[in-house]
Parts: sequence; C-alpha cells; structure tokens
Amino acid sequence: MNTKIVKRVLSSATLLLMALYGVANAGEVNAISGAGATFPYPVYAKWAETYARKTGVKMNYQSIGSGGGIKQINAKTVDFGASDAPLKPEALDKGGLMQFPMVMGGVVPVVNVPGIKPGKLKLSGKLLAEIYMGDVKKWDDSRIKALNKGVKLPHSSITVVHRSDGSGTTWIFTNYLSKVSTDWANKVGNNKAVAWPAGVGGKGNEGVASYVRRIKGSIGYVEYAYALQNKMSYAKLENKDGHFVSPTSASFQAAAANADWSDAPGFYMVLTDQPGKASWPITGATFILVYKKQDKPEIGAAVLKFFDWAYHHGGKMAQKLDYVPMPASVVSLVEKTWSEEITDGSGNATWTKSMVQR
Amino acid sequence: MTAPPFFLQQMNMETGLEQPATTADPSTVLQRGVRLDSIFRGATLVTALLVFAAVISIVIMLYIGAYPALHKFGLGFLFSTAWNPVTEDFGALVSIFGTLVTSAIALLIAVPVSFGIALFITQIAPDWLKRPIGTAIELLAAIPSIIYGMWGLFVLAPLLADYIQPWVTEHLGAWPLVGVLFQGPPMGIGMFTAGLILAIMVIPFIAAVMRDVFEVVPPVLKESAYGLGATTWEVVWNIVLPYTRVGVVGGIMLGLGRALGETMAVTFVIGNAQRISPSLFMPGSTISSALANEFTEAVGQMYTSSLIALGLILFLITFIVLALARLLLMRLAAREGTHS
Repeated sequence: MNTKIVKRVLSSATLLLMALYGVANAGEVNAISGAGATFPYPVYAKWAETYARKTGVKMNYQSIGSGGGIKQINAKTVDFGASDAPLKPEALDKGGLMQFPMVMGGVVPVVNVPGIKPGKLKLSGKLLAEIYMGDVKKWDDSRIKALNKGVKLPHSSITVVHRSDGSGTTWIFTNYLSKVSTDWANKVGNNKAVAWPAGVGGKGNEGVASYVRRIKGSIGYVEYAYALQNKMSYAKLENKDGHFVSPTSASFQAAAANADWSDAPGFYMVLTDQPGKASWPITGATFILVYKKQDKPEIGAAVLKFFDWAYHHGGKMAQKLDYVPMPASVVSLVEKTWSEEITDGSGNATWTKSMVQR
Repeated sequence: MTAPPFFLQQMNMETGLEQPATTADPSTVLQRGVRLDSIFRGATLVTALLVFAAVISIVIMLYIGAYPALHKFGLGFLFSTAWNPVTEDFGALVSIFGTLVTSAIALLIAVPVSFGIALFITQIAPDWLKRPIGTAIELLAAIPSIIYGMWGLFVLAPLLADYIQPWVTEHLGAWPLVGVLFQGPPMGIGMFTAGLILAIMVIPFIAAVMRDVFEVVPPVLKESAYGLGATTWEVVWNIVLPYTRVGVVGGIMLGLGRALGETMAVTFVIGNAQRISPSLFMPGSTISSALANEFTEAVGQMYTSSLIALGLILFLITFIVLALARLLLMRLAAREGTHS
C-alpha cells in the first residue's frame, strides 16, 4: 500500500520536473522576476499585468526598496534589480551590471500650514535646505516672508518630516539639497539615509504623508504621485534659472529634456537642479539593473523584451499613474547599449532589435 | 520508576487469567512498548535541544554580523550618539536611550493600572463581573501590534496633539527641572506617545500575572486580617502585596520584556529621529524601530553591521530582563510550598 503511494507521488513529481525542464529547454520563459525600488512599483505592476495578458509572460516584482533590489541582483536571486538612485559606473563595473533608466518622476515638498492653499507657498532650494537643517524654525521667519510677500504666514513652529527608512526618494532629495546648499553638502550630505539634523521620520512615502497631514506646521517630501493622489498641499520651488515652478509632468519633462544622456557613462544621470525655465528642480529617474553577461540568455532576453515593450507601449499607462515616460532619444540609446553590452557567456548579443516583432 | 502504560497492565492481567488465541506474546509487546517509548523520548529530547541550538546560533550569528561594527567602534559604540549613514559613523546610545525611556514610561503607567485591575478582579469585583473583565484584558493581549500602531497614529496622536500636549506644555512646561520634559511643539508623536501605547500593550500581561499571584494568597490570611477589622486597602497592602511581592515583580519584568522588544506600534508613533531630546514630547528612536526602519535599505558593511550590533544589544537587554523574571518567578514557586 504505502510503497504504491510513494511510487505514484515520485512518478508524478518526475513528470512535473520533466515538464518544467522541457519548458526551460525550449527557450520559452514564462516568468521573470525583479526586486527593488518602491517608487515605480505601481507602474511596473500595471505593465506586468498588461504584458502578461498580451504575451503570457509573467513579471513578478517585489517592491522591497532600492537597497534591497541592489542586494538581490548582486546575489542573483532575481533577474533584474531596480533602484531609484543610479549606481556609479565604478560600482556597475565591479558587479558586472548595466543600468538603464525606466521612468521619471519628481519629489515634491508638501506642507501643512493652516491658512495656506496648495501652491501658494514659494520656497527656494537654499531656504528648503535651511528649513531641513533646522535653522529656520518658524513659518513667519523673515527668510520665508521675503519670498512670500502677501501670504499670511502663521507664527508657528516648523516641524520637518523626513523618511525614516533608507530610500531612493531621500537620495534624490538630499542630492538636490547638496547641490543648492554647501552647508547641507558639508554637514549632512547625499545618501539614501542621512543623519537628519531636525524633525521626525515617517516610514515610506505613506508614513511621511500621514505625518505631514497629522502635524500642523509641518513640511515633508514625497513622490509626486503620492502628493497628487493624496491631494496634499505642495510648495512651489525656485529652479536653477530663478523661476518658481509647480510640480507637474510638464515641469519634470522639461527637466529631463535638458539632460544629455549620451554623455552619461553607464547612464549615471541625476536630474536634480537642471537648467531651463520650466524645469522642476527635484526630478529623478528610476533605474533597472541587469547583468551584462547573462548566465541564462533566454531569461535575459525575456527581461529586455519586457522593458522594450514597456518603453514603446507603456508610456500612456505611466502617464495615467503620474509618471513621466523616457523620451524616445533615450530609449533608442538604451536599446543600442543593450545590443552592444549584454551578452551570453560566449559574446553573442542577448537582445537585438530584430528580436522584437512590432 | 514509572508505571507501565495502561494497556500493558491490562495485557498482563489478561495473561494471568486465560490466554486468548489472538493475543501476542506479552514479552514482545512489552519490548515493543519500551522501544517506542525510547524513540518517543529521543524525539522530545531532540525538539528540546533544537531550542538551545536556535538560541545559540542566533547569538553566534548576531555576534558574527555585529563584529565589524564592534571591532571598529569598540565599547564606544554603546556611548556614541552618532548615527550617520553618509560618513558611516554609528553609535547605539540614541536607540538604547529611546528603548529604555519608552519602556520606563510604559511601566510607570502600566504597573499602577494593572495593579488596580488585578486587585479589582481578585478582591473587590462580584463574581459575575470577574469573567467579562478578564476576557476584555485577554482580548487586549490578542490585538496585533500593528493595530495598536495605527490606532496610536490616527486616534491617540491627534488627541494628544490637540488637547493634552498643549495643556501640559502650558501648565508644566515652565516648571523648574521637570518642565524641560514637556516642551516642544504639540505633534502628538514622540517618546511619550510611544510609551503610552506600550503601556496599553503590556497592561494585559502584567495584569494577568498579578491576578494569578493574588489568587494564590491563602484565604485564611486575608480572612484573619478582615476579622481583626482591617479595611480592604490594609489587607491588600499588608497581606496580599507582601505575600506576592516576588510574583508581582516577575510579572512586571515580563511586561518590560515585551515593551523593550515591541517594534511596529512604536515605529508608528515614536517619530523615528536619531536624536536624544530631553523633552518626552519630542521624537526619538528605539532599537527595534531603528531596525524595522533601516535594515532593508542599509547598504554597506558597516551600516548593516551596526544595525546587527543594535540587535545584539537588544537581545542582551531582553535576555537579562527575562532571566531576572524567571529567577523571581522560580523563587515565588519555591515560597508557595513553604507557606501553605
């Protein structure tokens, strides 16, 4: 009796294994996996769902944070990693990785000051840095008043809200503050987590958003999509050219338009504090990391096929979710780099333009 | 010697009378029983040893993980307030401070309240009320900690920020010495809120232990005191408490153990700032909240290692607390025998 059952289980397990092996052998990959940044998760999920319906290839994405994504791709437990902060070319070479930008977004200062309507408060980068340093402590400080003539500012304390977890959003935000304030660059610096001189920390965009909503007189920073979907009161920022701009997809695109990607080795490009009249100063791209040398070329090709499809067919979906798609010039640059740099073990390109039928 | 299992006794009795044809030879049955028993004993021994192995391997892994940070910062790690991922300069003092202060606030609030609950249930409440109150307390213990966190952030923090903190700051903030504890903008988020949430979370544990030990007080002692004309309070203070002192302390220690390690609820309401502020209304950070916030995104060996070192410190703190609690409870158990 018992042996019969065991035999039956074993044989069905063998069949299952053979079936799985057969699929892998036939070069048909029906699932790819990735992990990393939380910021692009909504749009990646949307793309994955649509792509699976069209092609049957499933994309599983764990939004565990940029740092986690980098760790997992280094450990090769996923097929691609995702990070909001670009890796330096040296770090890419060390890990044998290639990165490419996928979508763009902006980081927005959100405020909760009684009596001030969305977009009515104007801040400069330097002032934002001073607020986050804890130097400007009251909303009616003369430095804030100077930029906001005609706005009635209350005499209440400013509570600074920042991220308590390490985050690509923080990386972009502190990158901007370091560029506009030497004081910030020297004392605090630019990283996914920093030693904040003032304020309280919320976990995740939602943590910061709920603290800002909760605390009167607070200022925080969240991803644009978050500010929009939660209808938070944002502040206008002064950009490099001295214009006060509102955070919109148009102002993010303006910031991206001026960036010269072809002159960025390893696509290391930070879009903060870009020139241009309409540029939003705290813009950033989010990146995908893949191995240059693919151990399993068919999986590598499936990953690149997915992102190629997303570049060409995912723009509308991204815009609906308040992300900014990459400009066509950047897409063709990325595709060129794919066909040149990503190979299987013996030097053959894993992905070529001809592989994609449109 | 343990008595042979019941079915064997029965077997032997049967063999003593008339041997039925279907019954197996009693000696083989006995042997089989002994063999099964030894396998059973071995299996339980293995499961018990697994616990040891798990604890020891956790300590070893924590130590290995924490070694780079401990090696670099030395003992100074315990006393440094630095926590700078950019320059990779780390210290544990802010987190240790936050952990101890929030737990202390929690105990200051939870101990008197639990004491009241336990006294009411065991000494004062009529029988029909004991069960509902006991059930309510057990339900409090069953609520997941993340629910406490959300309740703290969305319900308790606004109440504190709008009504309690402004009043306290206005009336106590100017006092000498203690005033500094209650200053700062009313955010409703900070170490005091975290301590309050922790208090609510540990009350069921402390109250349950207190109730149990109060019930072991021999009625004859209490009745004698009442007979001599003592009031309820006098009975509690002079009879019940001295008799159960050690157990009460043990219960408090168990609550403290829970408060020290609580993560999610604290992360929601403490404000997660790596700073030591004298004011209880200002944000801080505990060891467990720092780990919950930063571990997934910690990049670089020193950062990760410092977080693991924090974990090791928390392990040691809770280990000491729980060991003390066990010791006290053991002493209570030993006493019980001598008194009754």
